[in-house]
Amino acid sequence: MKLVTVAGPPSSGKTAIIVKALGHLQREGRRVGVVKFDCLASHDAELFRAAGIPALVGLSGNFCPDHYFTTNIEDCFAWGRRQDLALLVSESAGLCNRCAPHIRGHLAVCVLDQLAGVHTPLKVGPMLKTADLVLVTKGDIVSQAEREVFAFRVRQVNARARLLFVNGITGQGSWEVSRLWDEAPEDTPLTGGRLRFPVPSAVCSYCLGETAIGAEHQHGTVRKIQIPEAESH
Amino acid sequence: MNSHEPALDVELDEARSAHFFRMNHLPSRGAHRSLRAWWEAQPWEYRTDGGWDYERLRDGLLSFLAATKGSADRAPLRMLEIRRGRDKSGQPEKFDLVLRPGEVVCLVGPTGAGKSRLLADIECLAQGDTPTGRVVLIDGERPQPETRFTGDGQIVAQITQNMNFVMDLTVAEFLKLHAESRAIASPDSAVRSVLEAAVSMAGEPFGPSTPLTQLSGGQSRALMIADAAFLSPKPVILIDEIENAGVDRTRALEFFVDQGKIVLLSTHDPLLALSGVRRLVIRHGAVQEVIEPSATEKALRQRLAGIDRQLSALRERLRSGERLDSDPATTPAL
Repeated sequence: MKLVTVAGPPSSGKTAIIVKALGHLQREGRRVGVVKFDCLASHDAELFRAAGIPALVGLSGNFCPDHYFTTNIEDCFAWGRRQDLALLVSESAGLCNRCAPHIRGHLAVCVLDQLAGVHTPLKVGPMLKTADLVLVTKGDIVSQAEREVFAFRVRQVNARARLLFVNGITGQGSWEVSRLWDEAPEDTPLTGGRLRFPVPSAVCSYCLGETAIGAEHQHGTVRKIQIPEAESH
Repeated sequence: MNSHEPALDVELDEARSAHFFRMNHLPSRGAHRSLRAWWEAQPWEYRTDGGWDYERLRDGLLSFLAATKGSADRAPLRMLEIRRGRDKSGQPEKFDLVLRPGEVVCLVGPTGAGKSRLLADIECLAQGDTPTGRVVLIDGERPQPETRFTGDGQIVAQITQNMNFVMDLTVAEFLKLHAESRAIASPDSAVRSVLEAAVSMAGEPFGPSTPLTQLSGGQSRALMIADAAFLSPKPVILIDEIENAGVDRTRALEFFVDQGKIVLLSTHDPLLALSGVRRLVIRHGAVQEVIEPSATEKALRQRLAGIDRQLSALRERLRSGERLDSDPATTPAL
């Protein structure tokens, strides 16, 4: 079984392009499935199931979503194997942009929304920097010139990845995506494998449910903002 | 510096690495001339908690430097061939197509006839693996597998009626950004030529300091066309109808032809459809006919161009608040 990790900011069009790309593979007789990781709520499983794609949903609730992903992806992988899937796609929103669900040896995909602005590639961090394939959505409604500038900005952050313009509504580009997913690495063992980018090392009182503000409530590893001293006259 | 790993260091004496530092909000480079020396001079708190490690920083800088080099010009396209495929019933198509730089080829046919499929085949450089079975050749050869399915490898620039500028920048700032992303030697003069071309096509003038998002529909379209002609590296331009308000369409096509682009124009506008060197009639998923304009059609095109100029003149007069009943010379019997 192949595992493809798809990450991208909320509402960037991940689900739409996954449904379209997997549709091409299904029509060729491949068994495909999805596991959707989200924080508090997700209705995407119904979208996948309506398209005839078996889907699991994992809600991280009070846990750091990326820790939750890492501690659960093995079980999801095993589920995919039991379903006899040829390809399992894991979809997760990059919630604070600090982390990335990409795993060494498995195809890593980042979905970015062209409308989010030209600085977006810099802001999304490791889920873009460590990706093998970058899918840029919503490019059909912006000028060709802006698409080219956006692609350049993506290359400045990740010169190695392939970049494709796709449209989750019309399906433009989804066939090309399905070709690349069909060639994804096969049967890379997950247990003992490594994330491409480490999740945060810090644990502080707020990670454990503290809500009160103030120095006396701050325990564990704390990082303080550096504010330059004002010039005194 | 680790003397046993000298190859892993990166020199910092280029202006572009300064840009990388600014973009990533990294602490000042100071007098350091190598990335490793700079990194090792940072406080340990920064190195452990700042979200970077040396390897990632180095990869990031190398990516950044490579991006500008990577967008260097490809060799110009000399010939684009589309080998025949099948129609929707699986019947063989009748024509192989050959397109050359400076040609305007129009596509006609009702919605659902297969125009989008033909354009998609060109976009993905089909190799007999799309529903139509068409094969696209560049300069007589199949594209390298690694240039397929990448934005950089794509040869097609698109202009459609749904497109807008969304960036919060002025015209000049934006064009400069685009020129810089192409590593063009003299971005300022490139910006000037695009702007001049755009203004010469647009009904109403605009300047370098106009915000992109405040351009009128016609001005935006004119700027997109000029930018695609002069600044886009893509050799093929795909246009889905040019609306007749606010853009000098004949001049737009001339810019593309002068710049040696192959233009594929999906249109049912008689003036534009007769402006191509030929037009492809698309029906039932295949190219059913290839028509070169006859002498009669060429004469008709001349007449239509005259009518188009008259309409533009009338539009100008309306814009300036004139009445149109005053001058029969420019108020033709249509």
